[in-house]
Amino acid sequence: MTKRDTRDRDRDAPSALSRRDLFKAAAAAGVVAAVPTVAAGQESAPAPSASPAGPPAAAPGAGPVAQAPAARPVLFFFNDEEARFVEAAIDRLIPADPEWPGAVWAGVLTFIDRQLAGPYGDGAKTYLAGPWTPDAPPEQGYQHRYTPAEIFRIGIAEVRAHVTETRDAEFAELGADAIDAVLTALEAGEIELPSIPSALFFSVLLDNTVQGWFADPVHGGNRDMVSWRMVGFPGAYAQYLETVDIFNLDYRREPVSIADAAARAVHLGGHHEH
Amino acid sequence: MAVRLPEIDVVLVGGGMTAAIVGKELAEAGQRVVALERGQMRQTVPDFQSPTMHDELTYSIRHALMQNPEQQTITFRNRPDQTPLPMRRLGSFLPGEGVGGAMVHWNGVTWRFQPEWFELKSWTEERYGRGFVSDEVTIQDWGVTYDELEPYYDFFEKICGTGGLPYGDLTGGNPFGGRRSNPYPNPPMKEPYALNLFRTAAAGMGYSPFPAPSSNATRHYVNPYGAELKPCMYCGYCERHGCEHFAKASPQVSILPAALANPNFEMRTGAWVTRIEHDPDAGIVTGVTYVDAAGREVFQPASMVVLCAYAYHNAVLMLQSGIGQPYDPATQTGTVGRNYCYQTFGGATVFFDGTVRFNPYMGAGALGVVIDDFNNGSMDHSELGFLGGASTSVSQASGRPIAFHPVPGDTPGWGLAWKEAVRRHYNSTLSISAQGSSLPHPNNYLGLDRTYTDAFGNPLGMLTFDFPDNDRRMAAFLTERCVEIGEAMGASVVEGNDLAEHYSIVPYQSTHNTGGTVMGADPTTSVVNRYLQSWDCHNLFVMGAGVFPQNAGYNPTGTVGALAYWAVDAIKNQYLRNPGPLVQA
Ligand SMILES: Cc1cc2nc3c(=O)[nH]c(=O)nc-3n(C[C@H](O)[C@H](O)[C@H](O)COP(=O)(O)OP(=O)(O)OC[C@H]3O[C@@H](n4cnc5c(N)ncnc54)[C@H](O)[C@@H]3O)c2cc1C
Ligand code: SF4
Repeated sequence: MTKRDTRDRDRDAPSALSRRDLFKAAAAAGVVAAVPTVAAGQESAPAPSASPAGPPAAAPGAGPVAQAPAARPVLFFFNDEEARFVEAAIDRLIPADPEWPGAVWAGVLTFIDRQLAGPYGDGAKTYLAGPWTPDAPPEQGYQHRYTPAEIFRIGIAEVRAHVTETRDAEFAELGADAIDAVLTALEAGEIELPSIPSALFFSVLLDNTVQGWFADPVHGGNRDMVSWRMVGFPGAYAQYLETVDIFNLDYRREPVSIADAAARAVHLGGHHEH
Repeated sequence: MAVRLPEIDVVLVGGGMTAAIVGKELAEAGQRVVALERGQMRQTVPDFQSPTMHDELTYSIRHALMQNPEQQTITFRNRPDQTPLPMRRLGSFLPGEGVGGAMVHWNGVTWRFQPEWFELKSWTEERYGRGFVSDEVTIQDWGVTYDELEPYYDFFEKICGTGGLPYGDLTGGNPFGGRRSNPYPNPPMKEPYALNLFRTAAAGMGYSPFPAPSSNATRHYVNPYGAELKPCMYCGYCERHGCEHFAKASPQVSILPAALANPNFEMRTGAWVTRIEHDPDAGIVTGVTYVDAAGREVFQPASMVVLCAYAYHNAVLMLQSGIGQPYDPATQTGTVGRNYCYQTFGGATVFFDGTVRFNPYMGAGALGVVIDDFNNGSMDHSELGFLGGASTSVSQASGRPIAFHPVPGDTPGWGLAWKEAVRRHYNSTLSISAQGSSLPHPNNYLGLDRTYTDAFGNPLGMLTFDFPDNDRRMAAFLTERCVEIGEAMGASVVEGNDLAEHYSIVPYQSTHNTGGTVMGADPTTSVVNRYLQSWDCHNLFVMGAGVFPQNAGYNPTGTVGALAYWAVDAIKNQYLRNPGPLVQA
């Protein structure tokens, strides 16, 4: 098989908005925040959330993430203090950098909230009957009695209590470095929580954060498909018969989410719908 | 009391791939056949349609199409001296549920095993002498040969519309395969850049690369059942998802349209079989008991029962029903549950650090380039210190980012450095995977759990498994070879993917569970004879990869399909004429 020249193809490739254009356009449309301008390390604890009477969720992040985390979306699972905990944690797990927003801006809090309020949170597709063996070898997999919703609820409460006790502070109000230190200790299982292994809580938190960052925006995170733009993944678009064997192709395409694709299919008459 | 239905000729337990084959063929032979499938009906339209099918979270991560462990799972331990604990979530393997079974969400790589694999014990002794593998390794001959199976492999490939190059050096096909009566019915898939880099490096090292045999259709194709497959779009939502394009060979595309058109065939959904009923004195099964969609217990009498419930489920059902002698690892006697095997992986991850663009999301389930130079029948093992081998490949199935965001091993697991590494490596990383064989060990088996039960109150199946030493040595060898090839590709970082210290039920490895109802010529070491007929009850047949005495360095389904057609032929042409044991014990 010979290499096919990709240069002409590149020129033909569907032109995509550059990231900068995107954020410009989006900001102009009043939908998304400007690209954060502060250095990531400084961007630690989100400011206290807007009061319930504050601006509705329709104007999220009118400004850099660090300064204005926006009115919090309506949450189905987390209470306000839990939400602040999660925001502070996910802001360190996937921080904003000078080029790309992070998990907070992307709406990962909303994603996790919806997951925990739904079947996943309740332990769907999980065999939860006892007896349980919390100290089982890792090869035997998850052996606790908790649903994911319980892991979050108990884990957040116990980590907050631990931080209050050891640092005399609220987790969400610690600085970036201190939050990193707590997260690192949780990950290593070094913090003894009363009812849950800290490494378990951390891994469920991290897994859900990464899922919310990369999952289709219909699930509440990955706002404006930001993670897909970052890696160059076209999302729900899925027809590569013509391009799959073009070597080194600089493929650029505006990503598509399930919601976009569904709407578009309706507009176009949806030739392969039902 | 169970509701008793009128007697029928044949009951199939399960509504997946093997059930579709047996149902289609026996209905055509005039038998009244009912397939009992615990899950729901699933059709390409509407169940697999875009855009909702392109949802990684729902299908790949939360397992929408797969078995629900809340209702039934299996317990697991590495060694017989441990306490088995339930697999509370799917992980290492992803069995199917619903019409079509796991072949709805499979990849489509459709292999034939190398000929010697069917006579592994005799072949090994003849070639390397007795004692080459320790007595612990209970390999055995299958009781059927490659030459006998060849026409059935050929037919199964035609049903699936498999694409590939014919075997042999001159064609660019696999020079290490067995004799073929026909070329593949379709041409091979396209070759993306990552696969071509592998091809070039492997060929430069003297190996023989060829396109993976794929049942993602490469052109419009009508199979011998008159079913139409349409060309694959390389959509990247293949394995773990259903195919929206009628391109992936799944039962509802390739087989069921023909089966369901025959009034002799009924697919009964929401029917969970809990027990095969048998009469030990007469040496026959009498039917099955199932729980219907409304929760009622129903007895379906039948003249013949065929287990099509997926590899290990078939063994567990036999154990739950008390048919055959359960295997006991302490005495190494009994057969049901014996010789459970899996798949042993070596490999390497190859990072090009932003210098190339692979566009990994342009993928298809069975899109790959393979070398078979390290498979069992291709190598001289005299100096290697192990038996077995692997198909070694680079494939481009999907770039779905929740699961695919490779970063070098020294990258932190989160934070800015992680995020930067994800961005940097997403489009320029490939992995070389050596899918190795799995040899039996007396401690690796299926049994019944004593503590945990399923939604029907029946004991869960129990799996005991760890990688035998022979297979560990093989995996180490394979990983070294993969690293060498990766380095020859000119990458910036090549990381070997070593086999875990112990097998773990958590990370996905493959849905290639084998053994537990193995076939053979000797009833003391096999559950079914060469025609997949139970030694204990002559009107009970067992399909699926559970009949493999040991698993090869290939994906199993090509062989599962070939064996199903082979057995069905014996049922139609021998058994129905003269019901009774087809082989005298
Ligand atoms: C992600 C993935 C990728 C794969 N890729 C490949 C590949 O590339 N190449 C390859 O060769 N193989 C592959 N496989 C394996 C392949 O899917 C299986 O080998 C094949 O589906 C087995 O067919 P079967 O008929 O034995 O079981 P299935 O097709 O799974 O059918 C079993 C059916 O029985 C039903 N059932 C089970 N128990 C009961 C009960 N008690 N009562 C009623 N119904 C029951 C189940 O719901 C299911 O529908 C893959 C599997 C997975 C999960
Ligand atoms: S990759 Fe091809 S065969 Fe697989 S689901 Fe997509 S279109 Fe179907």
